[in-house]
Amino acid sequence: MIGYVLRRLLYAIPILIGVNILIFTLFFAVNTPDNMARIHLGLKRVTPDAIAKWKHEHGYDKPLLFNAQAKGAGKITETIFFGKSVPMFAFQFGAADDGRDIGHDIKTRMMPSLALAAPVFLVGLLLYITFALTLAFFRATYVDYAGVVLCVAMMSISGLFYIIGGQFLISKLLHLVPISGYQYGTDAFKFLVLPVAIGVIGGMGGSSRWYRTIFLEEMNRDYVRTARAKGLPERIVLFRHVLKNAMIPILTGVVVVIPTLFMGSLVSESFFGIPGLGSYTIDAIRSQDFAIVHAMVFLGSVLYILGLLLTDISYTWVDPRVRLS
Amino acid sequence: MMVQLTPLWTDWLIYALCVIIAVYIGYTRSKPHLLAPWRKVVRNPTAVASSVILLVFATIGLLDSIHFREALPQADNSGKTVYSAEIISAFDRLAKPLRDHVEKTYSAPLAVNLFAMESVEQADGRVARLFPRLKYAGGHLGKDIDQSTQDQWRLFTKGAISGALLWVLLGFMLNAALATHAKVRFSQMAQRLWRGQTELPWRTLLFTIGIVLWFGSIVWQLAPNYHLFGTDKVGLDVLYLTLKSIRTGLVIGILTTLVMLPFALLFGIMAGYFKGWIDDVIQYIYTVLNSIPSVLLIAAAVLMLQVYMDLNKDAFNSVVERADVRLLFLCLILGVTSWTGLCRLLRAETLKLREFDYVQAAHALGASHWKIMTRHIVPNVMHIVLITITLEFSSLVLAEAVLAYVGVGVDPSMHSWGNMINSARLELAREPMVWWPLAAAFVFMFVLVLAANLFADAVRDAFDPRVQ
Repeated sequence: MIGYVLRRLLYAIPILIGVNILIFTLFFAVNTPDNMARIHLGLKRVTPDAIAKWKHEHGYDKPLLFNAQAKGAGKITETIFFGKSVPMFAFQFGAADDGRDIGHDIKTRMMPSLALAAPVFLVGLLLYITFALTLAFFRATYVDYAGVVLCVAMMSISGLFYIIGGQFLISKLLHLVPISGYQYGTDAFKFLVLPVAIGVIGGMGGSSRWYRTIFLEEMNRDYVRTARAKGLPERIVLFRHVLKNAMIPILTGVVVVIPTLFMGSLVSESFFGIPGLGSYTIDAIRSQDFAIVHAMVFLGSVLYILGLLLTDISYTWVDPRVRLS
Repeated sequence: MMVQLTPLWTDWLIYALCVIIAVYIGYTRSKPHLLAPWRKVVRNPTAVASSVILLVFATIGLLDSIHFREALPQADNSGKTVYSAEIISAFDRLAKPLRDHVEKTYSAPLAVNLFAMESVEQADGRVARLFPRLKYAGGHLGKDIDQSTQDQWRLFTKGAISGALLWVLLGFMLNAALATHAKVRFSQMAQRLWRGQTELPWRTLLFTIGIVLWFGSIVWQLAPNYHLFGTDKVGLDVLYLTLKSIRTGLVIGILTTLVMLPFALLFGIMAGYFKGWIDDVIQYIYTVLNSIPSVLLIAAAVLMLQVYMDLNKDAFNSVVERADVRLLFLCLILGVTSWTGLCRLLRAETLKLREFDYVQAAHALGASHWKIMTRHIVPNVMHIVLITITLEFSSLVLAEAVLAYVGVGVDPSMHSWGNMINSARLELAREPMVWWPLAAAFVFMFVLVLAANLFADAVRDAFDPRVQ
């Protein structure tokens, strides 16, 4: 088990290097460090000296990928790519292009993101599974039919509609909670209630319908028939047998997102003015801050790979037949 | 009228798609085993209803994909035709009244006055604060503008009645054709049709077409004379904007899958078929792509394009072409982020298929790898491809809106639901609120995505062997 985890973590390194190369080439394929300097210093009347100074301060005064002038290992290490990527593996994100410390930003912004994403995840999971089980219990009746129609309709509505509609109805018309903003500590509750509710509702259609399919597939199995044949009430069959076995396919999709909860949600964070990592990323995209985008991509990839690993481990936990080797 | 056709990049791809669909239909018609699942689809009433809606959208999108430049009226008699610099589409030509009726700024749906108060100089020289008359809405009424409500009701009734009449006529014709085909009396057929006892869901078809016709003819009556969905900030008709957005939505939904399909097919099948180091390399590539949060990858790519476009401004002749290149690029990058899912499915299926007897037999008979992959494996994974394409469509249409919000969607000059929703954020904050562009965009998007979802479900039910 420990050997397996270690091997998987080693396997993550080439993937992370690949991610870095990809994002680096994408960014610098047409953009040059000179351009970046000009954007950050303001477009008009920039002296070459100022550009050189900015490049030196931010570590962009080296060749991109390969330094022909350096000697030995310096050919690789004396480059922008090496200088910007390698510290990432030690989670040293360095400074943003406008000088702020990215690592510090990430630390402070992680909590608000998590405060929004974790409740959405937990409440959502509970609600979707309950709803899907109810539909499975009433399968092939009008309740089931109406539920599926509701799910498909909810899936077809844009997520932006839930946010805009919810903000309008709850905050603007009924004045129940503030429209947007955030406070640390327990006061965060009133700011988070609406985004959480909207997040849960937004994911309801797709997830419930998917879980329902899984439950129905599981209900056609032999062991369910056996359980019914020995006289177990449907309630027990559903909750004790079907639910447990259906957890395996559900886990595949669910566990992988747990680490990425830290990354927050791009859209709803910026709509509700929550100072989390999602809105941080959007701001960075809009201001073309390469250092922040790079750091967020790296962090996202690490968390995703971690999620895949967790998924594998969770298999052994719910399904004793699976052994990692 | 003389026109000069100027197809854009995405136009060419749409034409190519039409050709592919035509070839597919032609090929499938003669193959009973390929036709069987489609027969199941057309027997499904939901699928029939949703495909009617999808066809309406597709027709508008197709009309909007025929771009040309109109000839200008000749200034001198040199005999040379000069073409306008503006690229318009066949749909623009059809919707000319909608396109030309540009007001000053916001106006509510069916209003005849502007939404905002303005200082207007009266005939006697005094300046009054009032809601000025719209230039075009209700313009045919002249001085009787206070009768606009009655006029709207009149047009509405006219549209409703003509729509209903058309529908009845269509019903008669369909019934007559069915009766002749089945060799039964007209009344007998009508009874069967009404009770839904026909083999194919003709009743559903008729009802859906009826609803489309009814709404269509009401819009047809009202839209040229009033702004049915109001106007936006710069006075453009919102109905026109939403209809123009259909093409953008369809292009993103369809072309994305079209551009990603070759990669997914090739890589997925190669990984599953050859296994070994090829499999490792392909798995490495898609894990790398998958592990980057997709919005960030799209954002990085679009920013790159933005910089490229700013540096090479001369490469694009017009705003339309520029926006089109950006749309195509967005499709490409969306394709890159979304091909991994299909690739993984195809790999898993190929791993299973390659152990089957018929593949082993082909191998023993000396068929080449390429031959085995194209003749024996590709046809047997096509159902996965088809199901994925239809399921992916709706999520891509929805994704467009989110990307526009993040600021990395289609060009701001291009009409799209995402851009409409994005600009609506400021409109909602106004007092009184401007809600109609947002509502129109959401309703149209909802109808398209719902129809696509329902159709995708029917296709999955018919093609997925696990369901059967």
